[in-house]
Amino acid sequence: MTNITSTPGTDAVPTAGPVGASKSAGRKPDSRREFKAFNGLAHVALIVWALVTAGPLLWVLLASFKSNTEIFLGKPFALPASFSFSTYADAWTDAHIGRYFINSVFVVLISTAGTMLFGSMAAYVLARYKFFGNRAIYYLFVSGLAFPTFMALAPLFYILKGMGLLGSFTGLILVYIAYSLPFTIFFLAAFFKSLPYEIEEAATVDGASHVRKFFQIMMPMARSGLVSITIFNIVGQWNQYLLPVVIMSGPGADQKLLLTQGIAQISVSAGYQAEWSTLFAALVLTILPMIIVYGIFQRQIQSGLTAGAVK
Amino acid sequence: MRHGKYPFIIGFLVVPVALYVTFVVWAYIQAFYLSVYEWSGLGPVTNFVGLGNFRKMLDDTTFWQSLKHNVFLLVLLPIITVILALVFAFLLNVGGGSKGGVTRGVWGSKVYRIIFFFPQLLALAIVAVIFGRVFGPDKSGMLNGLFPDSWSPWLFLADERYAMACILIVLVWQAVGFYVVLFSAGMGNIPTEVYEAAAIDGATRVTLFFKITIPLLWNTIQVAWVYLGIAAFDAFALVNIMTVDRGGPDGATSVLSLMIYRNAFEFSQAGYASALGVVLFFLTLTFAALTLRVTRRESLEA
Repeated sequence: MTNITSTPGTDAVPTAGPVGASKSAGRKPDSRREFKAFNGLAHVALIVWALVTAGPLLWVLLASFKSNTEIFLGKPFALPASFSFSTYADAWTDAHIGRYFINSVFVVLISTAGTMLFGSMAAYVLARYKFFGNRAIYYLFVSGLAFPTFMALAPLFYILKGMGLLGSFTGLILVYIAYSLPFTIFFLAAFFKSLPYEIEEAATVDGASHVRKFFQIMMPMARSGLVSITIFNIVGQWNQYLLPVVIMSGPGADQKLLLTQGIAQISVSAGYQAEWSTLFAALVLTILPMIIVYGIFQRQIQSGLTAGAVK
Repeated sequence: MRHGKYPFIIGFLVVPVALYVTFVVWAYIQAFYLSVYEWSGLGPVTNFVGLGNFRKMLDDTTFWQSLKHNVFLLVLLPIITVILALVFAFLLNVGGGSKGGVTRGVWGSKVYRIIFFFPQLLALAIVAVIFGRVFGPDKSGMLNGLFPDSWSPWLFLADERYAMACILIVLVWQAVGFYVVLFSAGMGNIPTEVYEAAAIDGATRVTLFFKITIPLLWNTIQVAWVYLGIAAFDAFALVNIMTVDRGGPDGATSVLSLMIYRNAFEFSQAGYASALGVVLFFLTLTFAALTLRVTRRESLEA
């Protein structure tokens, strides 16, 4: 799909005819040299960037097995003296990574499900039904894309405070859903619009209700779009930092920190004591699951995250 | 057929609209409202100051300093990221040379793409924690650990002169892979015949890049530019987690997003924070509109 390598090139020469063949033969030695040099340089550039990308992550992994003294020795890419998992045990229990992880999974699971349910319901109705106020509601949702979240930060805090939802998972989940709706609806409404009308009409003739048409006909037809935007929302909500920092505050909230907040907090306390090994183990515990999930679903993840930008 | 249409429509819209109006629309309306009040965040909102908050900004050195840093990111983040991503995407897709006129991707391009893209999956908060250590100012930092022992340690984030550059590097590090994949997808949509035809005419790879790839990808580049610009207005997680004294040393890494957060929740200046938010909104909007206008090309629609 993203590759133009698929056509076997050798077949193209004979079909190009005598003129094309003699022409390319004429400049062959020159272009071969150009190609070789270019190809070599290309690999150098790509390998350098791959190292720049993977280097810090590899370093975190190596450091997670080292004692604090070893970390301060320098030699960042030296193997650890021994592979001890005690730093991991510390990170899991003392630094509460396990709890933060479960909190994040819980919140993202419910909020993504909610976003997809409510987002697709609204998008479907706005895309395929004519009624008074349709456009107004649609633009109300889509205009949300133009506003930076920072602008609403203070008011949002006081709205939640007024409702008694500050420091609660319920509040955070509702806010995640609300702030994910503009893009979800924008994307899905366009998708629902592009689906054919014939099947839906046939179902209407057969007496299917509106609700049934939505769940049994439209949702399955919109599967590829739904998958993309679900991945987009899972990654976006999993990586949220600003909203949890604002909302998960106040008394009792330290039990309910999410992973991003938790890691930031471990980093601060590690800094006070200049004791880094637990932090590295915590980072590995955070990153490793993502690498595994990415390894399995990398195609879907790449297309899901870029779907937003391609339109 | 029309039976039960309106109850259905209302039933499907009521929850999403209610959630959206309560937490998003209402919050933004209040932000505009609060921006003309002086309000600590406690008690009734009574002290109307008109444009006082905005006037206060003009005399606020932190505001100008933060704005300067945002502009620094706004200019450099898109340029560097887009150039790197375009080059890498081009190398991946067309770098493999041509066989009988068909240009091909470089060997192993799939593996490169998988590695490059991964940082995009990490939360900026996690990236900030990692790079806080990468830039560690003693031997425990990755870069200082790599430097020869004879060097005195580089301070990186603790040095006012380089702290902002460190922030920029981290943002670029995270963003490049995403745009490599985005541009690769765009390049895949360019018909092979276009490259073949140019190659038969003897075009070099450099010519292909400037004369074919960039013009045909212009729309995608434009979108990338706007996205990266919006990211440059954020950078909150990086500055809040990674920098010395959050925005330091001595305000050297302060940005508008951090200012909004601190005014709202630490300095009891909810009104001023909202005014800053309003300014941020107009800055973002102006930037997006300007980008789309300036980069517009006759044949393409923005």
